[in-house]
Amino acid sequence: MSNKIDLTLNINGQDHAVSVEPRKTLVDAIREDCALTGTHIGCEHGVCGACTVIVGGEAVRSCLMFAVQAQGKPIRTVEGLASGKTLHPLQRSFMAHHGLQCGFCTPGFLMLAVNTLEKNPAIGDEELLDVLSSNLCRCTGYQNIILAVKAAREDMRTKEEAVAG
Amino acid sequence: MKPPPFQYHDPKTLAEAVGLLGTLDNAKLLAGGQSLMPMLNMRFVLPDHVIDLNLVEGMAGIKETDGVLEIGAMTRQRELEFSDLVAAKCPLLHQALMHVGHRQTRNRGTIGGSLCHLDPAAELVTVCMAHDATIAVAGPGGTREIAFADFPAGYLTPAIELNEIVTAIRIPVWPAGHKAAFIEFSRRHGDFAIVSAAALLQIDGGRITRASLTIGGVAVAPVRATEVEQAIVGQAPTSELFAKVCESCRSFEAMADIHASAEYRQHLAVVLARRALEKAADLADNAPWNRAH
Amino acid sequence: MNARMLIGQPVHRAEDSRFLKGAGRFVDDLAREGMLHAVVLRSAVAHGRIRGIDATAARAMPGVHAVITAADISAALGNVPVIPLRLANLPEFKGYLQPVVAGDKVRYVGEPIAVVVAETQCIAEDALDKIAVDIERLPALPDRHAAAADASLLFEAAGSNRAVRYEAKFGDADAVFAKAEYTRKEKFRCHRLTGLPLETRGQIAEWDKDKKRLTVFGATKVLFFNRRTLAPMLGITEADIDMIEVDVGGGFGVKGEFYPEDFLIPFVARTVGRPVKWIEDRREHLVATNHSREVDCELEIACRRDGTILAMRGHITADMGAYIRTNGGVVPAKAAQFLPGPYRIRDVGLTVEAFVTSKTPVGTLRAPGRFEANFFRERLLDIVAADLGLDVMDFRRKNLIQETELPFATGKLVPYEPETDFDTGDYHVTFERAVAEIGWDQNKALNGKLVDGRYRGLAAVPFVESGGSGKENSRLVIEKDGTVSVYVGSSVLGQGLETTLAQVAADTLKLPFEAIKILHGSTTYLKEGFGTFASRSMVVGGCAVMDGCNNLLAAIRVAARERLGFPNEEIEIADGVVAAGGKRAGLTEFAGLEVEGSFSTTTRTYSYGAHACHVAVDPRTGHVDILDYVAIEDVGVAINPHIVHGQAIGALVQGLGGVFLDQIMYDRDAQMLNASLADYLVPLATDFANVRAITMELRRSKTNPLGAKGAGEGGMVAVAATIANAVAAALKPLGVEVCDLPLSPARLWGLVNGASLARKS
Repeated sequence: MSNKIDLTLNINGQDHAVSVEPRKTLVDAIREDCALTGTHIGCEHGVCGACTVIVGGEAVRSCLMFAVQAQGKPIRTVEGLASGKTLHPLQRSFMAHHGLQCGFCTPGFLMLAVNTLEKNPAIGDEELLDVLSSNLCRCTGYQNIILAVKAAREDMRTKEEAVAG
Repeated sequence: MKPPPFQYHDPKTLAEAVGLLGTLDNAKLLAGGQSLMPMLNMRFVLPDHVIDLNLVEGMAGIKETDGVLEIGAMTRQRELEFSDLVAAKCPLLHQALMHVGHRQTRNRGTIGGSLCHLDPAAELVTVCMAHDATIAVAGPGGTREIAFADFPAGYLTPAIELNEIVTAIRIPVWPAGHKAAFIEFSRRHGDFAIVSAAALLQIDGGRITRASLTIGGVAVAPVRATEVEQAIVGQAPTSELFAKVCESCRSFEAMADIHASAEYRQHLAVVLARRALEKAADLADNAPWNRAH
Repeated sequence: MNARMLIGQPVHRAEDSRFLKGAGRFVDDLAREGMLHAVVLRSAVAHGRIRGIDATAARAMPGVHAVITAADISAALGNVPVIPLRLANLPEFKGYLQPVVAGDKVRYVGEPIAVVVAETQCIAEDALDKIAVDIERLPALPDRHAAAADASLLFEAAGSNRAVRYEAKFGDADAVFAKAEYTRKEKFRCHRLTGLPLETRGQIAEWDKDKKRLTVFGATKVLFFNRRTLAPMLGITEADIDMIEVDVGGGFGVKGEFYPEDFLIPFVARTVGRPVKWIEDRREHLVATNHSREVDCELEIACRRDGTILAMRGHITADMGAYIRTNGGVVPAKAAQFLPGPYRIRDVGLTVEAFVTSKTPVGTLRAPGRFEANFFRERLLDIVAADLGLDVMDFRRKNLIQETELPFATGKLVPYEPETDFDTGDYHVTFERAVAEIGWDQNKALNGKLVDGRYRGLAAVPFVESGGSGKENSRLVIEKDGTVSVYVGSSVLGQGLETTLAQVAADTLKLPFEAIKILHGSTTYLKEGFGTFASRSMVVGGCAVMDGCNNLLAAIRVAARERLGFPNEEIEIADGVVAAGGKRAGLTEFAGLEVEGSFSTTTRTYSYGAHACHVAVDPRTGHVDILDYVAIEDVGVAINPHIVHGQAIGALVQGLGGVFLDQIMYDRDAQMLNASLADYLVPLATDFANVRAITMELRRSKTNPLGAKGAGEGGMVAVAATIANAVAAALKPLGVEVCDLPLSPARLWGLVNGASLARKS
């Protein structure tokens, strides 16, 4: 039954041809078959959010999808966030506001937050908190994560207005 | 914690899916995966075949026809959450969705998947019970409809055959201007409720003319508080009335688990029933449970 | 020390850049050539005798390389090694140590029985399902009461389920109690929980057949101790083992101790001759990694009627789980030691008992014993204040140690530690700050009042907390580009040491931050290191780095004179330039220069502070909302205020989880009931938004040249005490007392309901 399936995963704009068993979860394929280890595994039952990536424009837990289901959909992971040496505003904001300690939950939070702010740069504080409550952090107590995302929201909004103006 | 081996099938049409389900042994349907995937990863379920419904055409969508909201089983919870039609026609569903897991899980989770998993405290199950929804299923012999009251056959067990697929949910809409309130008590935001309450009220001329009150999380499936519904129809909505009649919810048969004893659940049923009715009838005071959502 | 530039500054963390880009290197991110994967078969039975293990079918599966059991280990080594104690090394514990794999008996659900090694983790798990284990069930011991009955013995040879009973005293409490005008005794209970780092445990072990050397990736916390433990088990020397620390996703006390897998994975790697990776899954983590905190206390206090505390007697009883693990004994010992707290109590009598039960063994968890002890004592103080008609804050003020009384002798309350004194501080300043921050004077009238359907309650409690002693080493090397590599024995589990230690080094060497590189933990860096625990790494690691820096400056001066012919006068070293009497040289000219440093102290530092909070309790559901919470701590010197604040808030929220959410539950068969994150609840972003932390730098520690005190646990120590007192104050009109944790809504509703039933009857 270990019949493997050949498929192509498009991650951060790059195609990865992989051959995986159907039972392979998306997070395992990203980490093992595409060698992108920035996406982490924290629980494998959809509670912690450490494996959050963006698939087809939506933030999802990649431990709750099979790799085969992501075929044909653009996938974004933490490795695609910075452009070259320039950090994404969210990455900069996490650094400036001490939004990470051990760094294990960080890629999941970044992908969740970037997806949220891209969809709605004007998202309100309460809704933002609601969205961020889907991921676990054991180090920071969340305060600085929330602060960092809010600051990045202002930053990204200002930039948009500057572009529009 | 890796899933057991299985064969993967990705039918493109409902007929194909029904055909596969009817012929394969020990097959499991995969919808949004937010409940099935953890069970697969933990090897609590060991299917030989997984039939993925995500590529089946025509199984998602929201429309209203003749006062009935019809929702395709594969409609993502997120689509429902952001649907103007749902917000306008079925405010109870709209409110309840905010409590279904987290936005991130709603991005994948489907309404059909949630109903078939049938967790006793699942918000969407409670809403369907409150609204007297019907469930459309397709099987080798054709299609049929199941009244939601008959849908739960037991704990985590829907009353559908092994070879049937839930295709749509039909929710009869209440008249414009009706009142709805969904509240729940859970350990944390996004957790399954320990107890939830869904209230629908039609108020005309200062009197309640129609009422629906459903309590989720207490028993293996949500229960309609028919005694309360009957007692408040024809009455003016007041906190005193609700406080008095909701005491009857204490007699519901209740489950016990690690988070709550049966007695605590029965007590919460009384408290939340009253709070839901008060909120629906705009009697809610400034207490914090009345502010959010 | 010269003028500081970086110490005290909120410098951005050096480690952040790689984590933010997904370029961190956690152990599961590593892959070695030819690597295989291991999974561990664990007991599903709490207590039983193993009659047989049949792994024939598993071994026959394609892709399976080995299935290793106790029999295989015995055959190879002549015995099954047991895990030694690292801390709380009491002789009584010797008969209760854990073998690295179950041989004749299993004693908790989750105990390792076999290891499967296969091409992939999937195959290993498939094979694991095919192993048949025949276990004769013996009576489970689900709690210490069942254990105390000794009806069924976990360790027949030991003859009792009570692993230890000892007494510790200071003064003569019994004599004071005999003639006291007021005494009060209460029973309290703290529940079982765990640290739950987001990254589970894991490692890769690699055996080099030719060189007969072992490399272990993923080791952390106390790598040198773990190497010293592992080497004789495998029959090799310490020098044959390299323990490599990579990025670690949180520890909180539970990660990095020597666990069964720390032997099993190296053993199987040597057996199969290929690198082997083992990553604990989350369900395993909840039954295999140390639990903590399950301690009961009977606490008794003697006072004058004016509120002067005279003496305290405490009886701590701990549920240790099935084995005494490396540091398990610390939990009850510290729970006893910290019972008197920051108060002037001259006569103290303590009894400590520890029982083995058929549950996962315990170990330390952030603020071990302190979280528990402060809860026990501060609850009793509020009960006493009510008895005597005293204002709860005045009662504390009256007994809180004054600065003029420091150092304050606390005697020898821990049998395996020397006598210690509280060192420096003004406990009143932090306490009054907490009282003021929470608005006690304005808000105290709200205590017990219903506002919008919820009862309000406030509390403020002081604490004192020990940390930071022992030894640490460093080694510094000037690199070719003139930067300095600083190797240190301290271990990094997310607390930002690559930044704070670089701040210390940069200031001491008068170099820019970027010119320092901190390399930590691994046994390849130093001859000996001591690791990270008990908030010690800035105190001893920081001072070891500082010592190394001073040695490097001295070595540079010597080299400048001897090698570069510098004049025999004061040599200035700053910004990478060495100068004297018109002669100058860059640090690059000293490339290759290498020195060692170290720091050692047997005296602990005592950081202290106070917590205060304001809560609202919904009596109909038992839910508690935190309206305001403030944690105050004097850390002596905050090397990086950003990081210290982050530690405080993080510890605080983790502590609040321990009060309201985190709880490990077992049934009567000692089966864990909530071994998933769906049922083991930890705080979310939405749970505790209204928390504040204030770091103070009032009194430097005199035990170390940095003046630093431990800062990793102060946010945790007084959380249960503060919340429980506030909740009790809120519910006082209902006539209930809060004596048991956690304060789950079900428990609080149970208290409210019980009181209302009592009133009705």
